[in-house]
Amino acid sequence: MTRYIVRRLLQAIPLLFIISVVLFILMQNMGDPVATMGGRKVTRKEDRIRLERQLGLDKPILLQYVFWLVGNDWTKTDMDGDGVAETPGVRKGVLRGDWGISLVNRQPVTEVIGERLPNTLLLMITAEIVVISSALLIGIYSALHQYSVMDNTITTITFIMYSMPVFFFALLAMYIFAVNFKKWGLPYLPTVGMFEPEAGQSFGQVMWHMVLPVATLSFGFIAGYSRYIRSTMLEAMGQDYIRTARSKGLPRRQIVYLHALKNAALPIVTLVALDLPFLLGGAIVTERIFGWPGMGRLFLDHVSRSDTTVVMGILMMIAVAVILFQILADVTYAWLDPRIRYK
Amino acid sequence: MSSLADSPSNVIQPHLDELETPPLSLGQLAWRRFRRHKMAIFGTVMIILIFLYCFGGMLVFSEADANFNDTSDRLQPPSREHPFGTDTIGRDIMIRTIYGGQISLIIGLTAMLVELIIGVSIGALTGYLGGWVDSVLMRMTEAVLVIPQIFLLLVMAKYFAQSIPNIEFLGRTFSGSVLVIIVVIGITSWPYLARIVRSQFLSIKENDFILAARATGTSTREIIFRHILPNSIAPIIVSATLSVAAAITLEAYISFLGLGVRPPTATWGNMLEGAYKYVQSAWWLWFFPGALIALTVLSINFLGDGLRDALDPHSRAA
Repeated sequence: MTRYIVRRLLQAIPLLFIISVVLFILMQNMGDPVATMGGRKVTRKEDRIRLERQLGLDKPILLQYVFWLVGNDWTKTDMDGDGVAETPGVRKGVLRGDWGISLVNRQPVTEVIGERLPNTLLLMITAEIVVISSALLIGIYSALHQYSVMDNTITTITFIMYSMPVFFFALLAMYIFAVNFKKWGLPYLPTVGMFEPEAGQSFGQVMWHMVLPVATLSFGFIAGYSRYIRSTMLEAMGQDYIRTARSKGLPRRQIVYLHALKNAALPIVTLVALDLPFLLGGAIVTERIFGWPGMGRLFLDHVSRSDTTVVMGILMMIAVAVILFQILADVTYAWLDPRIRYK
Repeated sequence: MSSLADSPSNVIQPHLDELETPPLSLGQLAWRRFRRHKMAIFGTVMIILIFLYCFGGMLVFSEADANFNDTSDRLQPPSREHPFGTDTIGRDIMIRTIYGGQISLIIGLTAMLVELIIGVSIGALTGYLGGWVDSVLMRMTEAVLVIPQIFLLLVMAKYFAQSIPNIEFLGRTFSGSVLVIIVVIGITSWPYLARIVRSQFLSIKENDFILAARATGTSTREIIFRHILPNSIAPIIVSATLSVAAAITLEAYISFLGLGVRPPTATWGNMLEGAYKYVQSAWWLWFFPGALIALTVLSINFLGDGLRDALDPHSRAA
């Protein structure tokens, strides 16, 4: 097993390398970071040239990539434009943990991302808990009452939810629970940000502000997962060991939750780990709509200002997370299901 | 590799009436199964209606009406004159959903074609040839899959959308960003399809009839296109159908996030751009385009589900 994990990790290295090269090249042509720099007016031509030189943007793209990857402290650069390279570089490169400095606000990338990461994680982990618990409830219920009126209703609703675009759900939810509830004098849900400025960032405030974003992020996954659990549960309930358990006279509750569910829930582990990219994709739209100060909004802001270092940082971090979760999915699955062996 | 994704259960369970009736052609059998899927019929009818709305509406209203703005008439709620109301600069939302729908549907269909061409070629090559071609192309597929599609789309849309001129087509002017979006969605969506095609090819090429074809000296091209591809067409059709819906949603996402199709060309997606600022004051601004997208996607998904039952009955395991 250890060998398997090590091999998978080694395989990830060339993959990450290719991804980083392609993304880096894509991003160099994304636009001019100098043109949108932090509100300052950079109109004079010599200022432009000087800025580009100081930021290292005048270098050939491959050299820029090398600097990004391994840093530039082994070489000297020409900062004052007299043709003589005199200033030693200070960047250490991604491989030594230096993700560079944001081109927009001159802060270290790790700091910029680190500020936002907890907010996104809070949103995503809460959403994941909501998704798994409600999908299990709905899925088990419809599997145990197959073809009942309730089951058919649930199937139709989940299908509709599954096809509903995230933004439409979000806008509808905002319209009903925030706008109209307010109009009808009911307790209404907040739609923007993490907390009311005057109330401060307390636990209750954040929870209350999280209701709509979490619902928006979860509804599609709840629909997909509950359909999935329903079908695996139905399959498990038809197995011989269930019949055996039943003929032994075990209580139904024990059969359903100990015998059937344990086996039916197995694939969910993989599903949850492999769906990480989709959850992140949902987060970007959700954060934009609800003004949630997370990674998705950070990404959007910095893409629109062509901030290569921050965007690279976010994307590479996501790539690493996705690859790790893929490996984790396979390993947990093998651990939970002894029939699966990796060599 | 885990064997989760590819565990084909080749048990075909014929329905009762299929046994009792005289032999039917494959097409007739598929139609029977499709007809039984009520939701798929509903989806098909809805799709036809949506197409009629978008392309029939063209005969009633001209494109100039769609772009006609009257700022004194802005943000009007739905009325007799403007059934869906007017937008922030006084354009009629109903006529814009007609013209925007055309673009959205065209983007969905053409992005699907791009995806189909890339996905099927790569899937077929890797599945049939194996060896180093397989490992190189599959690494590439994994690389695309590792970055969530929406992130990749946003970066690429920014990359290609530098300065695209408007294009003239059939006497109408379209924003060049339409092409960008089509290409970008196409080249980020193919990995899933390529994987499906590859697994189909891997299993079909082991059959005896392929061995026979090879023994009689059939060329590789012939084997791929005449023998294997037609046998793996069912999952391809299903997946292509679903990817039309996915492409329409993706277009809406990137337009919603402000990097999609540029004005003056309307799409359902870019009609929603910035509309979330008007949640409170002008619900008609986002409700109609949003509802049309949701309805279209839902109908296409129903259709795809029905097609899966009809064409590929033993893939129903999961």
